[in-house]
Amino acid sequence: MIKFDAVSKRYPNGTTAVDDLSLDLPEGGVTVLVGSSGCGKTTTLRMVNRMVEPTAGTISVGGRDILEADAAELRRGIGYVIQQSGLFPHRTVLDNIATVPLLLGWGRRKARARAAELLELVGLPGDAGKRYPHQLSGGQQQRVGVARALAADPPVLLMDEPFGAVDPVVRTQLQNELLRLQEELRKTVVFVTHDIDEAVRLGDRIAVFRTGGRLVQCAEPAELLARPADDFVADFLGAERGLKLLSLTSLADVPSAPGRAIRADEPAGAVSRAGGRWRLVTSARGEPLGWLDTDALPAGGTAGEAALAPVRPLRDTDSLLSALNEAVSSPAGAVARVTTDGVLTGITSREAIHDRAGRSHAEAAGTTTPAAATGATAAAAATERPA
Amino acid sequence: MTIEWGWFPDHADEMTRLTADHLATAVPAVLLGLLIALPLAVLAHRVRPLRAFVLGASNILYTIPSLAFFVLLLPVTGLTRTTAIVGLTAYTLVVLVRNTVEGLDAVPVKAREASKAMGTKPLRTLLTVELPLALPVIMAGVRVATVMSISLVSVASYIGYGGLGQLFTDGFQRNFPTPVVAGVVLTLLLALVADALLVTVQWLCTPWRRGAARPRAATSPFAKLPAALKLWKRA
Repeated sequence: MIKFDAVSKRYPNGTTAVDDLSLDLPEGGVTVLVGSSGCGKTTTLRMVNRMVEPTAGTISVGGRDILEADAAELRRGIGYVIQQSGLFPHRTVLDNIATVPLLLGWGRRKARARAAELLELVGLPGDAGKRYPHQLSGGQQQRVGVARALAADPPVLLMDEPFGAVDPVVRTQLQNELLRLQEELRKTVVFVTHDIDEAVRLGDRIAVFRTGGRLVQCAEPAELLARPADDFVADFLGAERGLKLLSLTSLADVPSAPGRAIRADEPAGAVSRAGGRWRLVTSARGEPLGWLDTDALPAGGTAGEAALAPVRPLRDTDSLLSALNEAVSSPAGAVARVTTDGVLTGITSREAIHDRAGRSHAEAAGTTTPAAATGATAAAAATERPA
Repeated sequence: MTIEWGWFPDHADEMTRLTADHLATAVPAVLLGLLIALPLAVLAHRVRPLRAFVLGASNILYTIPSLAFFVLLLPVTGLTRTTAIVGLTAYTLVVLVRNTVEGLDAVPVKAREASKAMGTKPLRTLLTVELPLALPVIMAGVRVATVMSISLVSVASYIGYGGLGQLFTDGFQRNFPTPVVAGVVLTLLLALVADALLVTVQWLCTPWRRGAARPRAATSPFAKLPAALKLWKRA
């Protein structure tokens, strides 16, 4: 969809922002450009819509050399989300979103109707449309920025550190929203960030740049994490890259044993000490409430009234990394698995999680066939400790 | 100094005529100034090397004493209203050019950038993004230029187009203070009304700056009216 062919950008003062870049960005995928500041990732992004003109090489979008098109027309066909939203402070949210449709001559009524549609798509209330950008929170402004970029339904979306200026909680929300939108819209997205975690979460492919504008490696996240091309990439991915890889694997195919949980209304004194020190207590509906320490059972009262160690139940869609985190932090060393409604389905042991983690790494590194590894996991699951 | 109150009703017509005359000189001067200042300022803002030259030139114009200016213009434009208007226009340039350049400088880079990246051509970006965002600073300049022009018109009474300034000359020549006082008060009122009008225009043109969220929001001149009325009633 977007093709860089031997592209360089050198400035008259001698600095090289991008050095001989050849890169093919697949249609409908999210390609994340990462690297420390000054590595040319933003310049690369900005060359796609000719905000920066290359000094050598060719860039084509949809098979067409971008230098052949009129710059303004080209830009109208490419969505652009910039840092700190870059909204027009003097236009209402609705008019901000309608910018490109109006430039394309849709007419005010049609452009506004489309803007209202997008407002809903990015999860903003309809009355936000009449407000001015400064009346919205940072996260809401970013959503408007995304809506504005999508207004004319461009096939390509450029995002330059769009979530850099919001707090971590809102950033996670916005990332999830982007993934949801992408599921639906399948745009060709180029996303620039310096946050490797963000890159791993969002990218179908990650391109790592190093100072001097050189592309070092471009690969799928799992492959990048398992097999960094050189020490620079390995350093950039950080010491926890083994853990980051686990964030890409879901918990779905990790086995769990149907744990014998205790109902909260059962008398605490009647709980058997056999079958492990820690027992899971659930509500009448089956929602996990906490871990009960059978070594310190209260004399009277129900299990629900006893002091329980906290539990954070996980769903199948949660990542292996969060499961590992829960297994390490829970006193029972195990993870309570629930349905999307929060009802207990079973308990997964620390060993089963470790086993799946090892298999993830092996798969990513390509050293073993998935089938061979599955057998080992099944065996581990069979020896699940009774809960 | 005694004021002859009887003079006022007798000269109501003259005062109305002179007020209109005053405005007929001051208003075109500001409009003309704006017409010249806007392109000059845009040029000075876009072409860095020109900035110092344009700002310097408008400063030099301002340092010429007003009376001398009219005298210098006489051989070119003669004893006409044009002389008065051209002279005043030259003075408005110093604030109008400077404020427009500063207003354009204050436009958030991100907004200008975003406009370009959405595929807006430069002229349209200037008209629909840069100038609107620079408006508050430009309007501050227009207000100063307007008040300044209104007060400077009287100098043009030297060439017969002084508007309310004619009342000063008249009063001085006859050593009769009443018309001087009338001239001063009317000039002052005119300046106040013009300024209030401009603040209102700005308030209407910049809806995004209203509301409590902005610390330095331009407030309507009428917003304070109820409180003022209350004070007035108490007094």
